[in-house]
Amino acid sequence: MTAVATAVATDDLRVAECYQCGKCTAGCPVAGRMDRMPNQIVRMVQTGDTEGAMRAGAIWECVSCQTCTTRCPKTVDCAGVMDLLRQLSAERPSPEQARHHTILFQHAFLNNIRRHGRLNELELVGMFKAAVVTKDLDVPFLFKDALLAPRMMQRGKLKLVGGSVRDRAVVGRIFDRCLRGTDA
Amino acid sequence: MARIGVFTCWCGENIARTVDVEKVAAAVGELPGVRCSLNYKYMCSEPGQALIAEKIASEGLDAVVVASCSPHMHLRTFRKTAASAGVNPYRVEMANIREHCSWVHHDRDTATQKATDLIRMSVAKVLWDEPLEPIRVPVTRRALVVGGGVAGIQAALDIADAGYEVVLVEREPSIGGKMAGLSETFPTLDCSQCILTPRMVEVGQHPRIKLYTYSEVEQVEGYIGNFTITIRKKARYVDIKSCTGCGDCWNCCPIKRNPSEFDYGLGMRPAIYMPFPQAVPARPVIDKETCTRIKKGKGCGLCEKKCLTKSIHFDDQDALVTEQVGAVVVSTGFKLYSIGKEQEDGKTSGYGEYGYGKYKDVVTSLQFERLLSASGPTGGRVVRPSDGKEPKNVVFISCVGSRDDAKGLPYCSKICCMYTAKHAMLYKHKVHDGQAHVFYMDIRAGGKNYEEFVRRAIEQDGARYYRGRVSRIYEENGKLIVRGADTLAGAPVTVEADLVVLAAAMVPAPGVRDLARKLNVGYDEYGFLLESHPKLRPVETSAAGVFICGACQAPKDIPESVAQASAAASKALIMFGHAELTREPEVARIDEKNCAACFACIRTCPYHAIDRADVLTPRGVFVKRTARVNPGLCMGCGTCVAVCPSKSADLAGFTEQEIYAEVEALV
Amino acid sequence: MDIGYYPGCALHGTSNDYEQSARACLEALGVGLKEVNDWICCGATAAHSINHRLSVALPARNLALAERDGFGEVLAPCPMCSMELLKASDLMKSDGKLRQEMGRIVELDFNGRTEVLNLIQAFQKVGLDSIKAAVKRPLEGLKAACYYGCLLTRPPETLRFDDCERPSSMEAVVAALGGSAVEWNYKTECCGAGMTLANTDIVLELSHKILTNAAAHGANCVVVACPMCHVNLDMKQADIEKRYGVRHGMTIYYLSDLVGRALGLSDEALGIDRHFVYGG
Repeated sequence: MTAVATAVATDDLRVAECYQCGKCTAGCPVAGRMDRMPNQIVRMVQTGDTEGAMRAGAIWECVSCQTCTTRCPKTVDCAGVMDLLRQLSAERPSPEQARHHTILFQHAFLNNIRRHGRLNELELVGMFKAAVVTKDLDVPFLFKDALLAPRMMQRGKLKLVGGSVRDRAVVGRIFDRCLRGTDA
Repeated sequence: MARIGVFTCWCGENIARTVDVEKVAAAVGELPGVRCSLNYKYMCSEPGQALIAEKIASEGLDAVVVASCSPHMHLRTFRKTAASAGVNPYRVEMANIREHCSWVHHDRDTATQKATDLIRMSVAKVLWDEPLEPIRVPVTRRALVVGGGVAGIQAALDIADAGYEVVLVEREPSIGGKMAGLSETFPTLDCSQCILTPRMVEVGQHPRIKLYTYSEVEQVEGYIGNFTITIRKKARYVDIKSCTGCGDCWNCCPIKRNPSEFDYGLGMRPAIYMPFPQAVPARPVIDKETCTRIKKGKGCGLCEKKCLTKSIHFDDQDALVTEQVGAVVVSTGFKLYSIGKEQEDGKTSGYGEYGYGKYKDVVTSLQFERLLSASGPTGGRVVRPSDGKEPKNVVFISCVGSRDDAKGLPYCSKICCMYTAKHAMLYKHKVHDGQAHVFYMDIRAGGKNYEEFVRRAIEQDGARYYRGRVSRIYEENGKLIVRGADTLAGAPVTVEADLVVLAAAMVPAPGVRDLARKLNVGYDEYGFLLESHPKLRPVETSAAGVFICGACQAPKDIPESVAQASAAASKALIMFGHAELTREPEVARIDEKNCAACFACIRTCPYHAIDRADVLTPRGVFVKRTARVNPGLCMGCGTCVAVCPSKSADLAGFTEQEIYAEVEALV
Repeated sequence: MDIGYYPGCALHGTSNDYEQSARACLEALGVGLKEVNDWICCGATAAHSINHRLSVALPARNLALAERDGFGEVLAPCPMCSMELLKASDLMKSDGKLRQEMGRIVELDFNGRTEVLNLIQAFQKVGLDSIKAAVKRPLEGLKAACYYGCLLTRPPETLRFDDCERPSSMEAVVAALGGSAVEWNYKTECCGAGMTLANTDIVLELSHKILTNAAAHGANCVVVACPMCHVNLDMKQADIEKRYGVRHGMTIYYLSDLVGRALGLSDEALGIDRHFVYGG
């Protein structure tokens, strides 16, 4: 995303109106485990330190529950700011972020969708675990929840072959058009 | 032939830097009718004015044009000078070559030309200026004060003590307003009722104050100096003259449990009740919504039977009375923003996340005052409304409804930082082992001794202040879980509270918009009444003769309300200082011979200053109908002139002929 | 009566028990579900975390497909899906340029003609009175903690459904079924949403709090209308119990499970027997 696009997005999210009341932080379910509080993230964007904000671990701990945006007294879209920073971080991850499980998961998810049009869960788990092992060098992760698979299959919840989309090609084209040309 | 003097001002550098003043003065000296043309550095100064007076005498001038700043600045000054030298003050014109010329242009040549053009226009106009005389309006030297809170009380006492009669109308059964319900006031921690009730009694006993309680203003007619006010005296069902306030009636009333308005629902009162012990008048009132006898038309009547002076009258009706006054002071005060539900305007909405209305132990600041008050429902003991236990941890939340673009009002309510600190202190004084927690965004403590007061709450009384808002409050096992933030420490904060006090926003009292419309006073989008000028005319309004003071104008504390009340009183007293009022004569007038009586002007006049009238012969025979301007009310806006299809309406001092003359001078 | 149906990836995958019970109980109420032709994933959390245009395009494609199929209404039982669809719909309705751009990207036009419904709204459309009249087995003894999660009511400007601070729409359905709902404090607190695989730690922590609070307020089950909430509270319950050394033993029902049961359908027909926490 260009600097201009980022500035426009920031404007739309009303970052300039934030008066740092902290209500977002107060209601965030995962604030306790964040390295920066939600109001601090918005503050960093406010003062032009978008680079610092997109490097915060907090943006990938965020669960997108929308509580912050819903309760903000200044109608700042805090959840939207988190999304924007995640998008910037995904474009240019730091080495640490490139290993982060959540980013790896989201990429695996999107690649899966791109290929199949709909989620193929078994393949998603496989690709995600593979990414974690290769990028984060966390080999034990391969076996995490391994026992869950047979229990899920027992309950008919895990299909070996997923349902498919007929026109998968259009999905690929949609992805291409969106992921390229990021200066709109 | 006119003998006009043109005086062009340098205004130091302000005009002269951009406009070649000497060249201008020379050019306008050639205009027809101009007898003399001078320029001087500071026309508004004493020597400058002396110059004008001297020229009027030596040249026999009969009209003056001063080319300088905006008429808003010095038109009055130059008119006075001209009048004192014998020229009718309404044959004085000002050409604004500063705000309209030198201050907005850079190019010297074009600015100089423009200045010359502007003066030429003024000269053309002044040729047609009539020697108008000020309008004299008789003044009824009585005042109406609407609203009997501390501001209304102050204004009424000031005017009455100055020797004039005051009609004080109060909607509640007693005067005293919100201040009567407070425990102690900042920054002195004076007992609120102790300092207010002597004033209230003074009002009640004052020979020149006519007190109408449990009454409202129904209708307003007339204009400055001459208002006719219709007041509705709501049926009290008690004759306050014969009643002695003994209390037999409210002690025997079987309908004991109605939420008390004075205690904001925390306490109970009977159907016949005295609002509070120090009420003025100290007489009860019957709530017709809950009294069995009044609702059903029969039954009960115990109080009537008990009353030794036979003062209870169930057949009481509302009554309308009229009063004549010359000035009106509006002091209708405020109420708190309703936190838990939809608002009247449908634009703001309540705070479901704070649990107000759901949890008994979440109260508003005014409710907390009643808990603190010695005359309150708990006798001054701070206890939880739910179980009557003493709270060991009380959370105070600031800015509930204030400074909120999303669900509340964008403005700051000004007093909450101070009274929250006060609450924290008073709570600690009563519950020695209690802990106050205050969630705030900023501390606004700008008044005299205010900052020191807040620091006392923190440094001496141990109140814990967290800088951050609260996201949510919910109840677990009888405790209120408050999820807030400490932005200074950079972390969320959870407090388990026994009681939560919400500092709700101040909004104008209900019904104020209706009253404002009756008085022709403007109000903003929140219902706060509009002052003429926020800096220089804070107590006057666009309606001549109507003044405002107190929280009805904007959120403010007691010292400011009292000061403004005295200010409003002084404005009324300025009016009463003379038997007659002088008004500027630049008002509309209607050529009654020409008027077609279509009354388009009446429909469009924003000041209701035009009436229908009949033109009669000297013997009283009807000739025709006409519209007629009331020079006492007209504000000279010119709307009637614009709409009149027969060109019968015109504006003295700004006649159509004069306007055209200006335009023709320019073209 | 037939309405359009957008299952989303979860209902055809891990949460196909949700689809089973939704189809079954709606059918019993006379509502047939017709799947949107060739629907694709809505993008979920991944799309809006990685690329803004993609997060609008994927739902836009689905809205356009639903329109092409001629559906006036589409039921999206997964609140993530319904939220993304409504958000994209709002954005395109208010920004003509964006709408045109999306039309170009997804190769279909969007005209805003399809209404998106969540499961509770589907029941409201049938009418709670009609449902009440059709109840064969009132849910006596049921003390439900109605759990809305995040995306049924937030953000309120987009969803315009119920009251995000004091929701009551699910409780109304439970009452119509003859059951009772408890008053509790975690109705709209997040369970960890799509972090089940990516950040299991958060899910365990947040979901544990929810189960604890439900029990503390006397609930004997939790009712959800979201497949992610169900997975986090049901499938991961054993992990939560192990991590926190607590036995929750809390049955997690889909709202459609309860409706189906009250209408007389069997647990097997509704897929309730496929839950991880199942008492029989």
